[in-house]
Amino acid sequence: MKSRLLAAVLAAGVVLPLGMAKAAELEVTHWWTSGGEAAAVAELAKAFNATGNKWIDGAIAGAGGTARPIMVSRITGGDPMGATQFNHGRQAEELVEAGLMRDLTDVATRENWKDIIKPSSLLDSCTIDGKIYCAPVNIHSWQWLWLSNAAFEKAGVDVPKNWDEFVAAAPALEKAGIIPLAVGGQPWQSAGAFDVLMVAIAGKDVFNKVFGDKDAEVAAGPEIAKVFKAADDARKMAKGSNVQDWNQATNLVITGKAGGQIMGDWAQGEFQLAGQTAGKDYTCLPGLGVNEVISTGGDAFYFPVLEDEEKSKAQEVLASTLLSPATQVAFNLKKGSLPVRGDVDLAAANDCMKKGLDILAKGNVIQGTDQLLSADSQKQKEDLFSEFFANASMTPEDAQKRFADIIGSAD
Amino acid sequence: MTGHAKAGRPNQLLRNLNSKIASIPMMLTAVVIFLGGTLWTVVYSFTNSKLLPRMKFVGLDQYERLWSAPRWLVSIENLAIYGVFSLIFSLTIGFVLAAFMDQKIRFENTFRTIFLYPFALSFIVTGLVWQWILNPEFGVQSVVRSLGWTSFAFDPLYNQEIVIYGILIAALWQGTGLVMCLMLAGLRGIDEDIWKAARVDGIPMWKTYIFIIIPMMRAVFITTLVIVASGIVRVYDLVVAQTSGGPGIASEVPAKYVYDYMFQAQNLGQGFAASTMMLITVAIIIVPWAYLEFGGRKRG
Repeated sequence: MKSRLLAAVLAAGVVLPLGMAKAAELEVTHWWTSGGEAAAVAELAKAFNATGNKWIDGAIAGAGGTARPIMVSRITGGDPMGATQFNHGRQAEELVEAGLMRDLTDVATRENWKDIIKPSSLLDSCTIDGKIYCAPVNIHSWQWLWLSNAAFEKAGVDVPKNWDEFVAAAPALEKAGIIPLAVGGQPWQSAGAFDVLMVAIAGKDVFNKVFGDKDAEVAAGPEIAKVFKAADDARKMAKGSNVQDWNQATNLVITGKAGGQIMGDWAQGEFQLAGQTAGKDYTCLPGLGVNEVISTGGDAFYFPVLEDEEKSKAQEVLASTLLSPATQVAFNLKKGSLPVRGDVDLAAANDCMKKGLDILAKGNVIQGTDQLLSADSQKQKEDLFSEFFANASMTPEDAQKRFADIIGSAD
Repeated sequence: MTGHAKAGRPNQLLRNLNSKIASIPMMLTAVVIFLGGTLWTVVYSFTNSKLLPRMKFVGLDQYERLWSAPRWLVSIENLAIYGVFSLIFSLTIGFVLAAFMDQKIRFENTFRTIFLYPFALSFIVTGLVWQWILNPEFGVQSVVRSLGWTSFAFDPLYNQEIVIYGILIAALWQGTGLVMCLMLAGLRGIDEDIWKAARVDGIPMWKTYIFIIIPMMRAVFITTLVIVASGIVRVYDLVVAQTSGGPGIASEVPAKYVYDYMFQAQNLGQGFAASTMMLITVAIIIVPWAYLEFGGRKRG
């Protein structure tokens, strides 16, 4: 009896792995943990599981700043996952150069990514030395001003249509006990808000010269001085918003405690979750209502080089699943982001997303700062702007000088 | 013949052979991991390593950038303020508490447990607790205001001038209990006869403490000093939990700079340069102590 049981167990141990070998399990790491984000990831998992493989979810809480070091150290430490999220651009650049990331050129040419991915800069950011290393999944743009209609009603002023009107309305909001502009304390938020002000006030060309060409002279010039002037207004308006996380700041706008927030389109998920409708409860102004330009950063999946052949095959399946039209629609509707393909139908999109799609169709796009600057320069910028926004005694002129230094030494 | 001579003078290397073999793993760990890792870090701090280490020397560039970075300078200044006050207050408060405990009070065990309890909490928990206590909307400020003093303002974590003191309060709350216990152990080690002799001579109690007991507790003080000081240099989690370095960069500390630049900015060279500077700081503390402790004993 006993020996037969043992034999059965042994046999099962041999047979089962063979039977399961066809459906590979892939661990996918990402930092999408808020309510709306988790729902969006579930769509990806569903689509991948439908191909007969298995999606092992490796969510890492605590936003990209916490998650990326963990992902990088797993890949460099010889314990790679099946696939991992990064903001495409330069975050994974060195991992690719070190040969730790898988070349997806075959899949990309087979599936014709070059023609279907719009705008093409998304794929350019995945391309290093002519080879494609990542699969973009969505477009997130930073250039949005979210306004609480209720807050402006309470202050007795019209909902502003652009940044200048918003600045002019600030005293009225303050009088009504409302913080004009909500800015969370995390460094990336103030740095991001500055980039948005730059596109809106100085325009696309200046933005490209400063972050694209790293032109320190332009960064020290009069156009950027105007941007710093606006940032000075912004920090005065942001006084009193004692919150850390971006969604806490968004919540101030949702509850009408703050007039507005400069934040990327991911903030939309929070408004949706709170049951608010665009146009009625809140207003969105792309490009701060001044320059309707959006950046096309976003998220992409990278695939570390794996030795297991089955898993390598599953990586290819996952890459093409991520870009299939059905997945793109299901994922992006939940995420509040824009799809990377121009040929899918997003009829269910809300007003704000439609505005974004319009701008995208017109081609009024810029590259995101994650794509243009190295993580090192981004961090230095974050240090500068978190200090600038918190320290009222730091003059815009001093800050601009330091900003020009950072741009001058950027790589 | 020669064998005879050897038996007379046993080989030094083979004495206590078992214990020597047993300590080889630890010695290897110390040499390879601690010393080797340290040297590796110092060497690579002179390179321009980004996400992955690479041997491309750039001289002192990383150090020049480090010492011109406003955030590093703020970090150093914060560490100095935090360090000095945390040493002074934890030693003083710890000693005074221990002296009170030593008066043969009732429920000494209970009090000792209460005072030591915060030490059982990690810095992360301590930081979160104090973040709530010092939050102007939920903590001390709102409690005092609800009692009727509506103009009362106490929001250290949101004021960049005093934010480092907000962190200091939490650190003292957490660490003083341990200092107290060490001091209490030191006090208990003092011979009863010394107290009796002091009493016969009519020396007041506070004078006995300051001029007789404290000098006798030199070893305990030095041990405590080293424990507290090493905790100061590596303070990181408390800041992350309480303020994440904010508002702005007002409560940044060196260890956080190292982490952020190594992993978030993907600039290993810069992080290594900063950690080498921290190592030098620690060496400045440890070397004189080692000299006093070990050098002094030989002379005595």
